[in-house]
Amino acid sequence: MLRSRRLPEYNVRIDTDTCTVCKACVIQCTFDVFSHMKAENKISIDESKCVDCHRCMIYCPDKSISIIPTPIQYRPNASWNKESIHNIMKQAESGGILLTSMGCDKPNYNYFDRLLINASQVTNPSIDPIREPMEVKTYLGRKPDKLTISDNNGDSIIETSESPQLLLETPIMFSAMSLGSVNINVQESLAMAAASSGTYQNIGEGGLHPRLKKYAKNLIVQVASGRYGVHKKYLDTGAAVEIKIGQGAKPGIGGHLPGEKITKEISEARRIPAGTDAISPAPQHDIYSIEDLSQLIHAIKETTEYSKPVIVKIAAVHNSAAIASGIARSGADIIAIDGMRASTGAAPLVMRDNVGIPIEMAIASVDTRLNQEGIRDKISIIAGGGIRSSSDAFKIIALGADACYISTVALIAMGCTVCQKCHTGKCPWGLTTMNPSISIRINPKMESKRVANLVRAWTLEIKDMLGGMGINSIESLRGNRHQLRGVGLSEQEMEILGVRPAGI
Amino acid sequence: MNTKSSISKFVVDAKNLATRELNERIREAIRDGHKQIDIQNVSGQRYIAAGIQELIDIEIFGVPGNDLGVFMDGSKVVVHGNAQDATGNTMNSGEIIIHGDVGDITGMSARGGKIFIQKNAGYRTGVHLKEYQGLRPVIVIGGTAQDFLGEYMAGGVIIMLGLNLKGGIHNADYVGTGMHGGSIILRGDVRGIGREVEVQQLDQEDNRLVEHSVQEYSKHFGCKVDEILESKFKKLKPVSTRPYGNLYSY
Amino acid sequence: MNTPLKSVQRQNNPYKDEKVIDSCSIFGMMDQNKKLFAGNDIIEASASMNQRANGLGSGYAVYGLYPKYWNNYAFHIMYDDKEALDWGSKFIESNFDVIFDEEIPMDIHGIHKHVPIMRRYFTNIDLDNLDEIKEDEYLVNKCLEMNTSGKGAYVFSSGKNMGVFKGVGWPQEIAKIFRLDEYKGYLWLSHSRFPTNSRAWWGGAHPFAHLESTVVHNGEISSYGTNRRFLEMKGYRCTFQTDTEIFALALDYLQRKHQLPVEIIAKIFAPPLWKDIEKMSGGERNLLRRLRITYDKLLMNGPFSIIFANHGLMVGLADRLKLRPIIAARRKDMLLLSSEEAAIIKILPDIDEVHHPKGGEPVIARCHEGFAS
Repeated sequence: MLRSRRLPEYNVRIDTDTCTVCKACVIQCTFDVFSHMKAENKISIDESKCVDCHRCMIYCPDKSISIIPTPIQYRPNASWNKESIHNIMKQAESGGILLTSMGCDKPNYNYFDRLLINASQVTNPSIDPIREPMEVKTYLGRKPDKLTISDNNGDSIIETSESPQLLLETPIMFSAMSLGSVNINVQESLAMAAASSGTYQNIGEGGLHPRLKKYAKNLIVQVASGRYGVHKKYLDTGAAVEIKIGQGAKPGIGGHLPGEKITKEISEARRIPAGTDAISPAPQHDIYSIEDLSQLIHAIKETTEYSKPVIVKIAAVHNSAAIASGIARSGADIIAIDGMRASTGAAPLVMRDNVGIPIEMAIASVDTRLNQEGIRDKISIIAGGGIRSSSDAFKIIALGADACYISTVALIAMGCTVCQKCHTGKCPWGLTTMNPSISIRINPKMESKRVANLVRAWTLEIKDMLGGMGINSIESLRGNRHQLRGVGLSEQEMEILGVRPAGI
Repeated sequence: MNTKSSISKFVVDAKNLATRELNERIREAIRDGHKQIDIQNVSGQRYIAAGIQELIDIEIFGVPGNDLGVFMDGSKVVVHGNAQDATGNTMNSGEIIIHGDVGDITGMSARGGKIFIQKNAGYRTGVHLKEYQGLRPVIVIGGTAQDFLGEYMAGGVIIMLGLNLKGGIHNADYVGTGMHGGSIILRGDVRGIGREVEVQQLDQEDNRLVEHSVQEYSKHFGCKVDEILESKFKKLKPVSTRPYGNLYSY
Repeated sequence: MNTPLKSVQRQNNPYKDEKVIDSCSIFGMMDQNKKLFAGNDIIEASASMNQRANGLGSGYAVYGLYPKYWNNYAFHIMYDDKEALDWGSKFIESNFDVIFDEEIPMDIHGIHKHVPIMRRYFTNIDLDNLDEIKEDEYLVNKCLEMNTSGKGAYVFSSGKNMGVFKGVGWPQEIAKIFRLDEYKGYLWLSHSRFPTNSRAWWGGAHPFAHLESTVVHNGEISSYGTNRRFLEMKGYRCTFQTDTEIFALALDYLQRKHQLPVEIIAKIFAPPLWKDIEKMSGGERNLLRRLRITYDKLLMNGPFSIIFANHGLMVGLADRLKLRPIIAARRKDMLLLSSEEAAIIKILPDIDEVHHPKGGEPVIARCHEGFAS
């Protein structure tokens, strides 16, 4: 690494009039910004290390700390702004790929903010969800083309067999965060929240930690390219199995967990030797074509005796509609699509911000294509990738999804301030770090309550919006583009999304 | 309530009369000083006795249309037959007596007065019933009602006697949903109650009201008063006046 | 209006709203012994509910009215102008064997508005034309072809021994125009409309017919977008952009294609709530669960009451929360359904019983077996 010639991004100041030198900041900051000078009994500051995560500010009992972005600016320049200049400098220093974490932070790729929701008036009453019944229960899985029902002495007998289903009490699920990208305390918090909310947590590709076993009914286990921890017992745990083909934050590339991070815990969960690198290859090496995917799906189904739905997760890319059509015909029960604004524990900056397409566009085109081919009911669709609020979740269902995956939201509920430094392993909130002295900051009993609160709040808001448009059952929102309008969208964008402009 | 008058009873034949024409004739009769009006051959005409503030005795023969007695403030209306939806809608005072069934949203938003239904009521009976400055509406149902009885009630009393139930339970579900005032007094159990209400015992005042109401019901339609008053009654009351306090984030 | 009207959507929905919204009154009456009766009662009943409508559309469906041609497909077709009539007649002649056709007898004395050309054709299907598809499918395809041809010809009904008469006007007006007092049928439906598109169109009135099934509807479906998308995926074309059309097509899908009985169809359109399903016994609970999962996109959400009919069958149904009224009544073997009770009492004061169905609970009236029409 050559010497850095960049100014610090943040100025950190301590008001010495109010500071009582309690050293909370020294303890709390995981980036070594603060240290205690014994002799002078003062806190010394290394601004260059600050990432603006706010941990110190929140834990300072005297409210003495202030952090501001460095007021020294580069000359205003739309092309050569601070970010582009710093990226170039970092690369010149290191000769390496720029890493980042969380989701794409650039503007212009968000369609949710340009879609508006309908409400009923006069010709159709809105329904008050607080008092009148409002149903958001959701089943995910394959539907039969028809039900053949015969009459047996007045009792109706269904002759059509049923494919395995996932039952959700609310259409919000926790997306895959592997052991390694987050620690077991986070995973257990999510599992507890999933259990109490009647939904599911996807444990990602890092294998199954023993502490999660008791939440098996609410877990989705993942089979990804590294096949970490995947064997029959693993597949049998969990309510569904997800084959991960790609993820929205970094479509097309794999992952790399360096050997230093493969602790004993991770080694056991992933069933790999401690200290070796954990490399998740880009493709799954037994899936080079769509028929291979079908083969893997059936291999899993045979192993689990056809008792669980199989999900296939793909990143949202240009030909998502065609891929989805193939997946629907390959034997999968559910398809999960991860949009470009999805988060990750570590990804190259250029991939995160430039590869893939927004989830709104992907879902709209996949739903349309599957309808056109007459196969929309062969699979359920889960949408993820930058869903920030219940209105985003609502809109994505109106665009064609059956449920949504959230992960950034769950992390924020547990303290994350999106400082985008997960890849350093120093998460001050104890979320994306394997360091046991920091990960202890997450107490599953307390944090699961926050996540469960979040799910509850969103569910209430979804019910409110449903009622507002005169619907009392979420079935009637699925793919109901008529209930959306676009603002500031081009004609072509509206055509793809299948929505009219506001006013018509 | 109605004083004898030297002016005779006024009879209207409503056959083939449109709503507006019929109501104009009724209003004219009231202006002429008639205190008793009979309306024959009523069939679906709406808004009969709308907004009447005078004390008139009206008897209806046939099936009146929606909004019978809407905004009524005085008067006694007796229907010899079934009534339809929105009977007693937003009424302030007066009495409506139905020798039969009523449709949906009977007594909606009523602020005062009494409604006696001999037999059954439809959906959302007593929705948004209120009370105000000494006015307290009472709805008495002799038979049973359908779902959402007393929805959003803020005051007033609904008494449901279940006289035709034969030992079964009322089929009504979501009883008292959204209730935040007033009370619902039941003879016989209902299928489901809203989260906003709890079951309580009747107090002395409730018992007095029930006794008085059953006597009145008997006066109109006849019934075994003593036997009815001996049955077990229970009361539904809202749990709090702010039942949704923990729904919001500030 | 003299300009020839071209496409269905331009007529029915001139402001290109997403769909046409109606509010209305509905009525149905059926003699369970298939005894034929005249239409004056239902006309009176429908007219008595004029407060629910605004005169911009009314209509009737009659079953059993063509005893002479009972086994022929009876086309009721509306034409914008002579050109359309010529095209339409040629179309019918080239695709069907026409036994007899004539102008539908009308009385436009004293009617001061444009009345379109209405013609009826009694036909057979030449089995040689069929080419491996069934008669039903052939009929549906040809009706769709005509309705979307843009030639100004619209099929109102095409079933055997039944017919739809409808147009822009009050119920008594439409009845007069089509001389309905001269017909007798054993099952009648009527509808009177309050559309929210001011320039109403004859073809947009109810009832809506699809093969021998007819539907009249009061209310608005907020799940329209979802329902329509699903039906289009299954190959249907929603040409009229109304909620009622969705019901007619969904009924066709579930009854004809999936052979599901009416009781089950009611549970698809207006299923019980999950919390009530959970309290049911094993078999019923599983049935309802599977229905809701499989046919989730045919759940009809929003306020509605509908009456649908077919030979020998009349069904009334209101939405799960009973946001629209529907009353059922019986007098000996005559069964009636109505938006308002007064309309029933007006025509049959000595009714035997009156029933207020629960939301989501169908009222099913069937003709007795063994009575031929």
